[in-house]
Amino acid sequence: MRYAETGYNLEIDLSRGSVDKVETDPKETALHLGGNGIAAKMLFDRVPPGTDPFSPDNLLIFGNGLLNGTCVPGANRVAVNTIAPLNGLMGHSLMGGMFGAEMKMAGYDRIVLRGKAPDLVYIAVHNDKVEIRDATHLREKGMYDTARLIKEELNDSRVWVAAIGPAGEHKAFLASIDCGNSSAARTVGPVMGDKNVKAIAIRGTKDVNLAHPAELWEMCSRLRKELNANPNVGDWMAVDEDDSFHHNNFSWGNARVRRKTFWSASLEERWRNLKYDHMSRQTGCWNCPKACHNVIKWPNRRRFSYKCYGKDTFHMASFQELDFTYEILGVSQDLGLDSYSTPQTVAFALELLDAGILTEKDFPGMPTDVRGRYYHLLHKIAFREDIGDILADGVSHAAERIGKGAEQFDHNTVKKFEQLPIKLGKLNPAYYLMIATGEDMAITQIEGSFPQDPILDPELREEFISKWDAVPDQKFVEWFRQWQKRDQLPDDAMVAIVDWNECMHYLDDSLGFCGFVSSFRGQFGGTTGYHVWNMPKVITHATGMEFDKDRLWECFQRNRNMVRALNIRLGLKRSMERPPEDHWAVRNEEYEQLLLSKYYDFKGWTFDGTPTKETLERLSLGYVAEDLIKRGILAEDDVTALNDPRAKKEKE
Amino acid sequence: MDNNGNKTRIVKEIKVDTKKCVGCRACEIACSAFHAIPKFSSVNSARSRIMVTMDEVRDVFVPLRAGDYAQAECNGRNAYVIDGKEYDQCTFCPASCPSRDAFKEPDSGLPLKCDMCESQPPLEKPMCVDACTFGALIYEEKEVAIPVASVEASQEKRGEMKTGLESLIRKYGIKNVTETVARLGKKG
Repeated sequence: MRYAETGYNLEIDLSRGSVDKVETDPKETALHLGGNGIAAKMLFDRVPPGTDPFSPDNLLIFGNGLLNGTCVPGANRVAVNTIAPLNGLMGHSLMGGMFGAEMKMAGYDRIVLRGKAPDLVYIAVHNDKVEIRDATHLREKGMYDTARLIKEELNDSRVWVAAIGPAGEHKAFLASIDCGNSSAARTVGPVMGDKNVKAIAIRGTKDVNLAHPAELWEMCSRLRKELNANPNVGDWMAVDEDDSFHHNNFSWGNARVRRKTFWSASLEERWRNLKYDHMSRQTGCWNCPKACHNVIKWPNRRRFSYKCYGKDTFHMASFQELDFTYEILGVSQDLGLDSYSTPQTVAFALELLDAGILTEKDFPGMPTDVRGRYYHLLHKIAFREDIGDILADGVSHAAERIGKGAEQFDHNTVKKFEQLPIKLGKLNPAYYLMIATGEDMAITQIEGSFPQDPILDPELREEFISKWDAVPDQKFVEWFRQWQKRDQLPDDAMVAIVDWNECMHYLDDSLGFCGFVSSFRGQFGGTTGYHVWNMPKVITHATGMEFDKDRLWECFQRNRNMVRALNIRLGLKRSMERPPEDHWAVRNEEYEQLLLSKYYDFKGWTFDGTPTKETLERLSLGYVAEDLIKRGILAEDDVTALNDPRAKKEKE
Repeated sequence: MDNNGNKTRIVKEIKVDTKKCVGCRACEIACSAFHAIPKFSSVNSARSRIMVTMDEVRDVFVPLRAGDYAQAECNGRNAYVIDGKEYDQCTFCPASCPSRDAFKEPDSGLPLKCDMCESQPPLEKPMCVDACTFGALIYEEKEVAIPVASVEASQEKRGEMKTGLESLIRKYGIKNVTETVARLGKKG
C-alpha cells in the first residue's frame, strides 16, 4: 500500500480522447517528493526542447504536493506546471483550496493533460469514472457560471471545479486557472485554453492512507493548534489593516511612482470600514488553521474573495483607492485574469497612450475616466479584441509587438514575467540574486526564510535567535548576529541565505505546503510553522519513508537542479538573469556579475548557469547530465563558475 | 438526580456557529480519521459524519452532523432565508437518505451517523470540535431531567411487553422464546 500518495496518475490524451490510470514508481517519490519536483522530471523526460508551448505535445500537469489530502495542516497546494508560452520556460503556479485534496480522495496524485481536444471540453472525474464531456455550451462563460453549471450538470454540489474563464480560452498569457477561492495565476492558463479544456471537475470518496497513524495524528493535532495561535504565520494582510508597507514603498501605476507619505491614520480608518462593512467572512483552504481569504460583498457585484497583495494591485496601478479594487477584482477574477500582471499591463498600455506611442485610435470606444478604462481594457484583453489582443500577452510581448519605443516602458519584467512594482535605491545582494535567478519567477516565491532586515538591538536580536527553530545551520545565526546594514553581509552569506530561502519554497512546492505557514513566513518574526527540522518527521509519519534534514535538503537540491536543467535545455541563458535595470537606482554591473558567478559556483553550476555533470550525478540525475552533454549544452569537463577562466577575468 | 429528585441524564450537544466557519474541512478530516480502522490511518471526507456545505458566493457555510437514516425520499423542498441568505432544506437536514449521497459509507452505501466520538476512555470533546480552531463547533454537555411522564410511560410499556411475551410463551413454549430472544440479542 502507498501512504500519503495514491500511487496513481491520471493521464488524459485529449487528441485521442483516451484516459489512463497509470501506476507511479515509488522511487520517484523518494527522489522528488511530488508537486513541482515530479512535474519538472516529467517535462524533462517527455517534452523535447523545441516543442511549441501551444503544441499538443506540451503537457499540463496538476501535481499534488506529497502531503495534500492528509491530516497534515496547511498542506493543500497543487503545483500546475507546463512549458509556458510567456517565455518558453517551465511555467509554475500554485493553487491551494480544495482541488488537490479532492484529487487525492479521487485516487490520483496528479492529472496530466496532453494533446488537444478537437473542441471545447471539460473533464469530469468521480473516482475511477473519468469522462471527457462537451463544454461548447460553456464557451466564454465566467468562472462562477462555469462551476455552477457543471455542478448542476453532474448533479453534485460537492464537486470541485478548476476552470479557465474567457481569458484562458483566448489563450491570454495573463490568464489564470481558478478553483473556488484559489487560483493558479498566469503562465499556465493559456495552455489549458490551447488544449481546449474549459474545466476539470473532481470528486473523490476514497481513503488517503497514512503510514504511522497515531504518531502523525498527535503531531498534526498539535501543529494545527500551534499554527492557529502563531501570529507569524498566515497572511497578515487578512488581519492587519495597516498596509502602509505596500502603499508607501511599492510603486504605483506602471511601476513608476512611489508615494512615500500616502498612508495615514484617517485613510486606514476609512479603509478598515470599507473592508469590514463589506466583508462576509474569512475563509481558508483544506485543513489549514489560518483563514487568509477575505470574502467581500460589494454593491451590485457578485460576492468574491481575495488574499494578500491582491488587495492592492488594481487601485495601485490606477491611482485609485481600495473601493476600486473591491469593485473590479471580482469582475477580473470571473474573466479568468491574473490580478497581479493584469493591472500592470493595463497601466502600461495607458502610459503608452499618454506618451503618444499608442493613440486614441488604438482604443476605439474606450471611456475617458480611469475606472471605466480599466473595465473596458479587462474585457478587451480577456476576449482578445482590438488592442486587447496585444496586451493579452503581458507587458513584454506587447512592448515588442507595439515597438516605436514601447520597449522602454517594459521596465519591470524578468524573463518576460511582470515583477512586483518595487523600485529602490541601493542594491541588495541577496535580492539581486533571488530576482535574477529565481525560476519561480516572482520574488514572493523565492524569498522568505532569512529576515529582510537586521535587528540592531542586541537584546531583541538574541530573543529572536532564541526562538529561531527554523534555522537549518548555525552559520545563519552567526551571520545574523554580525548583520548591521541590510545590504552588507559577506558574499558567501548572501549566497547561502538565498539558497536556504529557495530551499524552503522548493520543499513547500513539492510537499504541498502553503508558503504562508512555511517558506514565506520565516522572514517576519522567525517562528514559521514548518522548517527542515519538523518536515522530515511529518513526511516519515505520513508516508513511511525515513526522512531527515539532510535527505530532505538533497530533495530540494535535486528538484532545483531538475528545474534548472529543464530551463537551460529550453534556452535559459545567464544574460537573462537580470533584475529590471531600474530596480535599484545605483547599480554595479561588475559586482553583480561576480556575485552571480559566486552563486552559480555555490550551486555547482557552470559559468553559464548549467548544473555540472558532477552536480547532477551527485543528485542521482546522471541521465540529465547525459542528455545535456548529448545535446552539446554541457561538456563532460565543464567546471563550476568560479573555476571558469571568464570568472577569473571578472575578478581581475 | 436533580434538585427536585427527578432522574436526569447527560445530553451531549454540538452547537454550530455558522458565522465562524471558514470552510477548511478540518472537522471532516478529524471525523474520518478517528473512525478509520486502525484509528487515524486514513482521511476520507466521504466517510466523515460531519459535512461542511459551502458556497462562497452565497456565503453559506454550514457544518452538519449526520443524524438518523431516513428510508423514504424527501419530498420537502423548502428554502429558508436567514439574514438575507438563502439556504435549501438539505443544508440543515442531517438524514442519510435516498435523495442525496451524503452520509453514506462510500464502499457499502450504508448510512453513517454521528456517535459523538463515544470511546473508551471517553474523549474530552468530539474530534470535530477539537479540530475546529475557529470556534464554529462548540461542545456542550447538559444535564436534563427525564420527565416523570416518560418514566411512567416506560413502565407502562414494560407491562405491555410482559403481556405479549406471556402469549408467545403459551403458544411456543418458554424454551423457544428464550432461545429466540438470546439469538436476537447476539445479532445486536
